[in-house]
Amino acid sequence: MKAKHQRLVLALLAIVALVAAVLLAMWGLADRAAYFRTPTDIAGGKVKQGEVIRLGGMVVKGSLKEQGGTSVTFDVTDGMDTTAVRYDGILPNLFREGSGMVAEGRMSQDRFVADTIFAKHDERYMPPQMGNQTAEHAAAKTLVK
Amino acid sequence: MIAEAGLAALWLAAALALLQLVLAFTGASPAVRSLAVTQGLMTLIAFAALIAVFVRTDTSVALVVANSHSAKPLMYKFAGTWGNHEGSMLLWVTVLALAGAALALLQRRIGERMLTASLGAQAALGLGFYAFLLIASNPFARLDPAPAEGKGLNPLLQDPGLAFHPPTLYIGYVGLSVAFSLAVGALLTRDVGPALARAMRPWVLGSWIFLTLGITAGSYWAYYELGWGGWWFWDPVENASLMPWLAATALLHSINVLAARGGLRTWTMMLAVVAFSMSMVGTFLVRSGVLTSVHSFAVDPTRGTFLLGLLALYVGGALALFAWRASHVAEGGRFALISREGGLVLNNLLLSVILGTVFIGTLYPLFAEAATNEKLSVGPPYFNAVAGPVALLLALLLMIGPLLRWRHHAAPLARWVAPSALIIAAALMISLIAAPEMSILSRLGLAVGVGLVPASLMPLAGRSLRRTPLATWGMAIAHLGVAVALIGMASDSAFKSETLAIAKPGDRLNVGPWLVEFASVDPVAGPNWTAVEAELRATRGSGVSVLHPQSRTFTDPVTETNESAIATLWNGQLYTVLGRAREDGWQLRLWWKPFVTLIWFGGALIALGGLLSLGGRLWRGRRRAESEA
Repeated sequence: MKAKHQRLVLALLAIVALVAAVLLAMWGLADRAAYFRTPTDIAGGKVKQGEVIRLGGMVVKGSLKEQGGTSVTFDVTDGMDTTAVRYDGILPNLFREGSGMVAEGRMSQDRFVADTIFAKHDERYMPPQMGNQTAEHAAAKTLVK
Repeated sequence: MIAEAGLAALWLAAALALLQLVLAFTGASPAVRSLAVTQGLMTLIAFAALIAVFVRTDTSVALVVANSHSAKPLMYKFAGTWGNHEGSMLLWVTVLALAGAALALLQRRIGERMLTASLGAQAALGLGFYAFLLIASNPFARLDPAPAEGKGLNPLLQDPGLAFHPPTLYIGYVGLSVAFSLAVGALLTRDVGPALARAMRPWVLGSWIFLTLGITAGSYWAYYELGWGGWWFWDPVENASLMPWLAATALLHSINVLAARGGLRTWTMMLAVVAFSMSMVGTFLVRSGVLTSVHSFAVDPTRGTFLLGLLALYVGGALALFAWRASHVAEGGRFALISREGGLVLNNLLLSVILGTVFIGTLYPLFAEAATNEKLSVGPPYFNAVAGPVALLLALLLMIGPLLRWRHHAAPLARWVAPSALIIAAALMISLIAAPEMSILSRLGLAVGVGLVPASLMPLAGRSLRRTPLATWGMAIAHLGVAVALIGMASDSAFKSETLAIAKPGDRLNVGPWLVEFASVDPVAGPNWTAVEAELRATRGSGVSVLHPQSRTFTDPVTETNESAIATLWNGQLYTVLGRAREDGWQLRLWWKPFVTLIWFGGALIALGGLLSLGGRLWRGRRRAESEA
């Protein structure tokens, strides 16, 4: 094999690697990306039971209740609809009623069961106005993991 | 006054960079060298000025007001200088200018023409980022009237990690700019060859060592500070540091082919461009605020657009130059498929595949939102499934590659590979019997890691150890580090045990082999926080470990954090977190993480291997230069 041919082979290999990476990524993304949803999306039937999603919104004041063991329940709102959430674990430090939060988990019946809560964001978060940007957008933008 | 001096120094540095770029075109090399050095000094003055206003808590400077407080401990006033957007960008630019100055002062192995062109490229990089600082992120902006007190630093950042982690990472990130500039210089002067590779190698190695240390330290920081017991979250910001590391690792291997055999010329130039491009992509991701994480200090669309513009300009420009000049680069020496070169090509292809999948996964949410207006997140399930198996393949290759000879390997390999293969098979068998419920990825990771321990040292076998070059030692130790880290990762994910409970003082909890007694809870106070502190007495067999996890409340700004308490033993860590108080007791979270420390120990070994290799190369280079003189 001449040097020139060898270079051609190497260039082809590089392209093969690139294509392989893209195909691998597409395969992985097909069922492993979690969508950000709001209580409005859930009320509107956009979320399937058991599908892993991230739910964003504000924690409704007075809704946080201690349940048996280490679990808690609370409600999350985007100003239009409200979703009940259940979580078993230590709540993050900045998790507060009246503050924004993002949780990853899935719908079970009409309740959202959270696996992880990322409720660390700053106090500048404001509830959305009608027709304004949606709550989860603002929550996502100010989210500090 | 100090702030104005800092700003003036920054403007001066920008002007010097412009002059440096212009003079580099005309080829006035001694002037370009001294300009690069002066520019580095100017940024250093600007950075020192910013440190000074932070240490003095000068509340007439807007950045200090937004991010500092007079009651903060001195160390965090100092380190807080770069715990914010503007300050960290100034650190970035300072490292960039100092890298240029170091290039001008230290580089003796390449021709004057190529060096001048490279310093011109470095100046061009600097100019864009000076403009970004001066126009969109001025760290020295004044506030009039000056408030009496600052707002304080994010308490999560109030940790010794802040003093160490960002500077280390930035030296690594931005140090890669030298490889970028050398590649641009070599393409411009049509002089891509082994001499360039030998000149570029120490810079790549040095940056790569700092990147490795920065990522390892950052991982440990997140592990103990966030209180989640995890050491890698596939957070976009972590990926932003991993991508340049992957590219630099590939570059580090391909550059050896170019230096030793004159092969892989265009590919190595491409990687040098890609590596620093990944640093810039990372800076864009972190600094523009398009992605959300603990590192995003500000959300400002003009900054994002500005950085995106710079990214497009530099990456686009370098790639255009590459496309234009690639056909002029001479072909390298030929090699057989089974050869050291072949192994390194495969290493580069696998690293590129990992880099590609991490890149796509990290940026996919941005594209998806732009295209469909759907917001989504890509997390560990994707990255583990996609990058994990490829990384394991790479680790398998690592057992064979270093044993191969350059050009053509004819000798049988079985004698060398058989022991590791047997160890892997045995580890798989034992793990199947002893721990049948392990996930496939952890099981394979553990087995490959264990097999890689002897395999990584195999290149030293049968050699006179005293005569073995330092670079070979470095390679073996870095590869051993990969094995050690792999074992740690697999062990943590497979064998960790976790207990989450509501407990009162006097309660006893079990986690893994430990019996943990919740002894007491007491209030404690620090310089700018108060806390409740639990005392936990953990026993396992005979020894007792006492742990004091805290739940802290910071003033200025008022924030709560959990300070985890960790007991480190030879075979793992007991990790404890005190959560919030409830009516019926306290939330306690306990983990037993067998051999988790190997992850960071492995990272440190990888960096040590790099250091040995760098030392060996520099020493040999100097001896060669002396013997030629």
